[in-house]
Amino acid sequence: MNIRIDGVEYPATKDRNLLETCLGLGLNLPYFCWHPAMGSVGACRQCAVLQYPDEEAEQAGRGKLVMACMTPVSDGARFSLETAQARRFRQGIIESLMINHPHDCPVCAEGGECHLQDMTVMVGHRDRRYRGRKRTFRNQYLGPLVHHEMNRCITCYRCTRFYRDYAGGTDLAAQGCHDHIFFGRHEDGVLESEFAGNLVEVCPTGVFTDKHLVHDYTRKWDLQSAPSVCAGCAVGCNTLPGERYGRLKRVHNRFNAEINGYFLCDRGRFGATWVNDERRLDYPGLRGEDGRYNAIDHHGALQRIVSSVERGAVAAVGSPRASVEANFLLRLLAGPARFCPGFSAVEQPLVGEALALLRASRATVPDIATMETADAILVLGEDVSNTAPRIALALRQGVRNRAYAMAAGLKLQDWQDAAIRNLAQDQRCPLFIAATAATRLDPVAARSLRLATPEIARLGLRVADALAGDNSNDYSHDNSHDNPDDHSVHREAAAIADGLRDAKRLLVVSGTGSGDIAVMQAAARVAEAFRDTGREAMLSLVVPEANSLGQALLCEGNGSPDLDALAASAEAGEIDTLLVLENDLYRRAATDQVDRLLANCQRVIALDQLDNPTTSASHLAVPAASVIESEGTLVSLEGRAQRCFPVFPPHAERHPAWVWLLATLKELGREAVSDWHHFDDVTRGCAAAIPALAGIAAAAPDHRFRNHGVRVPRQPPRYSGRTAMRANVSVHEPKQPEDEESPLAFSMEGLNRDQPAALLSYVWAPGWNSNQGLHRFQADVGGPLKGGPAGIRLLRANGGATPLPRHATAAFAVEADEVLLVPRYRIFGSEALSAISPGIRELVRPACIELCAADAERLGLADGDGVQVGDNAAALPLRIDDAMAPGCAGYTAGYRETAGLAPNTRQRLRRVAHFSPPGPTVIGSDRGGRHG
Amino acid sequence: MSELIPALSADELAAIDAEIAHAPYRDAVAVDALKIVQRHRGWVSDESLKAIARHLTMSADELEGVATFYNLIYRHPVGEKVILLCNSVSCWIKGCETLRARCREGLGIDYGQTTADKRYTLLPVTCLGACDKAPVLMLGDVLLENVNPAGLMATLGASGEEGT
Amino acid sequence: MNALDRALTHPLTRNVTPERRPFDLAAYEAGGGYGGLHTAIGKLTPAECLQIVKDSNLRGRGGAGFPTGLKWSFVPMEDGGPGHKYLICNADEMEPGTFKDRLLLECDPHQLIEGMILAAYTIGADVAYVFIRAEYLLAERLLREAIRDCYGKGYLGRNILGSGYNLDMHVHSSAGRYICGEETALISSLEGKRANPRAKPPFPQVSGLWGRPTIVNNVETLCNVPHIIERGAQWFNDLGLTEDAGTKMYGVSGRVKNPGCWELPIGTPIREILEGCAGGMEDGYAFRGLLPGGGSTDFLVAEHLDLAMDYGTIGKAGSRMGTGTMIVLDDRTCPVAFVQNLVAFFARESCGFCTPCREGLPWSAQLLAELEAGRGQAGDLDTLAMHVDFIGTPGNTHCALAPGAMEPLASGLKYFREDFQRHIDGRACPYCEREAAA
Ligand SMILES: Cc1cc2nc3c(=O)[nH]c(=O)nc-3n(C[C@H](O)[C@H](O)[C@H](O)COP(=O)(O)O)c2cc1C
Ligand code: SF4
Ligand code: FES
Repeated sequence: MNIRIDGVEYPATKDRNLLETCLGLGLNLPYFCWHPAMGSVGACRQCAVLQYPDEEAEQAGRGKLVMACMTPVSDGARFSLETAQARRFRQGIIESLMINHPHDCPVCAEGGECHLQDMTVMVGHRDRRYRGRKRTFRNQYLGPLVHHEMNRCITCYRCTRFYRDYAGGTDLAAQGCHDHIFFGRHEDGVLESEFAGNLVEVCPTGVFTDKHLVHDYTRKWDLQSAPSVCAGCAVGCNTLPGERYGRLKRVHNRFNAEINGYFLCDRGRFGATWVNDERRLDYPGLRGEDGRYNAIDHHGALQRIVSSVERGAVAAVGSPRASVEANFLLRLLAGPARFCPGFSAVEQPLVGEALALLRASRATVPDIATMETADAILVLGEDVSNTAPRIALALRQGVRNRAYAMAAGLKLQDWQDAAIRNLAQDQRCPLFIAATAATRLDPVAARSLRLATPEIARLGLRVADALAGDNSNDYSHDNSHDNPDDHSVHREAAAIADGLRDAKRLLVVSGTGSGDIAVMQAAARVAEAFRDTGREAMLSLVVPEANSLGQALLCEGNGSPDLDALAASAEAGEIDTLLVLENDLYRRAATDQVDRLLANCQRVIALDQLDNPTTSASHLAVPAASVIESEGTLVSLEGRAQRCFPVFPPHAERHPAWVWLLATLKELGREAVSDWHHFDDVTRGCAAAIPALAGIAAAAPDHRFRNHGVRVPRQPPRYSGRTAMRANVSVHEPKQPEDEESPLAFSMEGLNRDQPAALLSYVWAPGWNSNQGLHRFQADVGGPLKGGPAGIRLLRANGGATPLPRHATAAFAVEADEVLLVPRYRIFGSEALSAISPGIRELVRPACIELCAADAERLGLADGDGVQVGDNAAALPLRIDDAMAPGCAGYTAGYRETAGLAPNTRQRLRRVAHFSPPGPTVIGSDRGGRHG
Repeated sequence: MSELIPALSADELAAIDAEIAHAPYRDAVAVDALKIVQRHRGWVSDESLKAIARHLTMSADELEGVATFYNLIYRHPVGEKVILLCNSVSCWIKGCETLRARCREGLGIDYGQTTADKRYTLLPVTCLGACDKAPVLMLGDVLLENVNPAGLMATLGASGEEGT
Repeated sequence: MNALDRALTHPLTRNVTPERRPFDLAAYEAGGGYGGLHTAIGKLTPAECLQIVKDSNLRGRGGAGFPTGLKWSFVPMEDGGPGHKYLICNADEMEPGTFKDRLLLECDPHQLIEGMILAAYTIGADVAYVFIRAEYLLAERLLREAIRDCYGKGYLGRNILGSGYNLDMHVHSSAGRYICGEETALISSLEGKRANPRAKPPFPQVSGLWGRPTIVNNVETLCNVPHIIERGAQWFNDLGLTEDAGTKMYGVSGRVKNPGCWELPIGTPIREILEGCAGGMEDGYAFRGLLPGGGSTDFLVAEHLDLAMDYGTIGKAGSRMGTGTMIVLDDRTCPVAFVQNLVAFFARESCGFCTPCREGLPWSAQLLAELEAGRGQAGDLDTLAMHVDFIGTPGNTHCALAPGAMEPLASGLKYFREDFQRHIDGRACPYCEREAAA
């Protein structure tokens, strides 16, 4: 199919609107309200073009203005972008938008990457004719992450369309009428959505900006950036961190059509600035007799590591948040049998089981984009909004497939956003959630059940049976007839199976978050049973950390010791030197247990970025570069290996862990590494040694790659003031650091175009200074990057070769004075590093125990009491939350205070006398009147 | 937090629930509910707004968006009686500006203002659909037609006679 | 004129006697009311009713003049079931200078209800709403009473007249804002949302209230329906003087001797309405022009006074019949200020969704205010002309409010350009000076 634009024939596809088509053709057509992920509503009227009814009219120049974003293309349609009539109108729209705009570009955090600036230049508007006054607004305090500056608003409605329509937030709305429309909250307060940070990128001007960046400001053109991967959770969203003066200034989304698309969660966006923290280790520290650390240089540190290792009896703890390469080298150093992957003892089998199930299942293991194609979803026991937030955003899109199906019936195209929402109202694809407490997805769920963990597993098994039409299973062994609730579980399972009757693509989501292997197994069985009915099934299992799955692959099937086993070895005097890689063990096990483990080792060497209790207990603390400062491969929950590149060279004596470890191995004269010099050699070595990781070398081009003969620059062409940056030290510009390990350059020289997607270091195209220029890097507007997919899928399913295990689940019942302890994760707090990033730090609430009111009464406890769980030392505040499943006590997981608690164990809660609860912190909207 | 929100009265709740009874979604009656509460309380305070939002299981922020869209939902206190002065074209031809000036002089209030004694609030309103009897205004619930300045001031009990 | 004659020639106002309360159900029926209902429900199929309305050539009286039968025919008829289709009566009447629906509502509510039941029956709607502006308190009360009586009588509710047809009817009193009269904004408002209009397609006939097929009709349009059903399409066609059918509620406001609203055969010449019914200009005032059908229609001037007031004729003269209620501009009223009043009105009533309307109307109003205040500048008329072009071209904005808003300005610039120019050249409003001198 072809269309004509300004007399030229172009190919077009019919499911695209004219605006997308034009952008895809490389034509500059300005727009504001349209968004590739959110479709069209026709509010801004900026994308006007002239449409001619026929050839004769085209000759005569007689046409009608249409809004390109609202115009479907059809074969033979004729348009003009260039005609004076269309150009004048587009100029007039900008002029109109400008009558109230404050023109405060010099002090605006959006300046230099402002879509409004770009469009203003694009249409050529210059002179102001309006003589009236501008309207002004009062800004709101929206929390520690997002800054509000309403006077800059051009009323494109993108913010509420993203916040409400796309992300399901309810506390940001358009207010007022006519030319006095305000986008904000009902009153000052922290934005509640965990996706609020996307407003920064969605807003085409400077109304919503990144508060951290506003306070520590650098223009986009002065930011150095490199492709990175979010270390916030296991989803593996692609990011573009930006640096200046050795500090991380902000994180922007790096588009990946298969994973994060255009959007990140707030943990990912705002949770990386911990790398600027003053508690970062700069130099190796050697503990003296007096317990104080003395700085030594890296040669000294290396010698000490080598001599410690040479003395024998080495054991090592790796880290599920460290790169595959660093873990691999550490494992090489200690030997597989003495290498603990660094999970907690509870988590280790859970992650192993997740991997085993993904392999054994015949269901598809979906990426995020594929999840969005589901027409029915079952979530078993995983609170994805808190453990893998980007998945929650995807599920919100998945339930909208009903709307798209309805729209197709009326021949509406998918981009007709408002029309489709009006048509479907609240009709959604079925989403069923079984959880131990309320989840933020409940409002879009067809049914959300609050069940104790074992009940969730049983529900899943029954759903699987119902799908298989199998009524033969005898559940008497699990005492179900003793449990009055069992009938309801049975009924609910039947209802869920019934609700899946019309589904064609079922997505089952579960994971380690429930702390129960049986729940994951049940999820796998549902997917299997659904698949057996001849339909498509997807299975996604959430694992805890950015490289949890990589770690599981590294250690797959060889019985690596867990932390408990390690502690036993230490107790038996079998460990002289314990190396700990990027892992605060005090978050993995109870304090006294870790204390004992460390005390039982002769020497503890901790390699980490930040000072933490583990480094403080070590004999030698070695500073490691962070994920932002180092190369590394991380394996996401879908088994996708992705490469991070250093955004800026680490300073002082910080080196990537792989550098420390490779140097150590070389010093030790280890044969295997004798001809490894580069990061790529380690990656290839790992790929060769570990069959499951064989693909990782292909995750990104190696350091020899050149893009049309040159490197890919980290600095944009307008990067300025390199001589001025250090003028307080010397006016001579030092040589730019060289990057020996990647095809990227720490400079502005090179070519940021046509490169493989894994090397996209910033988004910038002529005339498109804002992130909207991304379409110039996409093969298809809104679609995959020209450079192909980023990352490589490692998981090979074994096609049902091993039957899915079926765990017997005991019926859930607690004694009168007991509760079942269930983990509750928090987006802000459960992940240790993001929780100390400025901004997020303000949102972290203390750990607590949550009970429903009935249980609290049963146990004689009241809101605000201090309680001790079993013989866990720490006393935690009790919160009454009626959304907790009866009989369950939620504990805030991922916190040091709760590290010793074992999920899904029966416990007694003891009230602590004279408990003083932790100080007040910011929550929701109860903080008024402050202007950020 | 919930204790801070004053409860809606039984009358208000009954009226709102009657609307909800024939609506497919609770929040579909947002406008009706705002009007019901305003009828009882004269205006919609922040607290009322929150209480309504909670009853409709919607966020106060979304309800605020609805409330502030419509000019006859008052988010500020108004006087005992609201004077809705039609200032659309037919009434304008027939002298609504004189009436407005008289309110300024006689009552000391312009559009958007309330008299010090809290008796009257003056607001402009869209064409009241009584153009054949222009100029017109609504005083509370009552439509006044063919209004002349002197008559108006007499009705309002204000001294607006001078300078006729 | 006896009652039957009046019913035959003035169907809409046959029961109207403004001095007394409107007929209650019994009186309405005694005067032949609900005859249409008895004619149709259970006796004619919806398809037959639709055909009659189509043949009648009834066109929407809400302003746009879209053929009513054609509009109804877009409603999918195979799509039934409870809560599944809606009829909405648009009683939001806020167009400046328009005061016809108020009369029909306050003087004969049962006529509207009968029309709505028939319309709902024809399209298979099982719920009907009257969306009424907040200030029409009397009309709202009368309607609620009338609806209650109809439920009592079995004209509403379940199994109407034993036909198996069910219909519920509700009154929704609005909370202000002119934009609510735009049918898709009205639907948003009825859903409890901000009254932003919706892009068309999809049209409400297939996806309207709560995503379901919905018909929105004006009060006057619906009031015609019982008579058409009862007396037939031919009778209705014969009422009109020109190619349009039926009668029309015409009104005149401004400086005329006898402002008011009258039901006349459609196609009655303007002069007859202006001079015959409204009695001509007030003493001391001369005619300069008029907006034929509310504040969002183009000026007509003296040369147009003998034109027939129907859709086609007024359209050919460069304006629109709109609501059929005229606003007269006299020689002592400043055309610039007149237009300024209207543009400021539309600026204030814009929903704020799309740029040209939200920003362009206040800008235009501000320029006109500058002109009126004697602060006009040389390029101002060009800027206004630009706005007329940008805002006034249908399709440039998201809905029809903005193009309508520009009609008086566009035609004002055409017919009264000198007046605009004199404001700039003389640095003052010539009319204000005259006023001050007088
Ligand atoms: C800004 C605007 C305001 C409108 N206001 C009204 C109104 O108050 N009453 C009305 O009946 N139609 C109004 N209309 C027209 C309606 O959109 C719609 O066309 C009409 O109700 C259809 O009824 P009809 O076909 O019976 O004329 C308005 C249109 C626009 C664009
Ligand atoms: S409304 Fe369209 S019309 Fe406007 S740009 Fe937005 S993108 Fe287009
Ligand atoms: S202009 Fe005032 S009633 Fe119409």
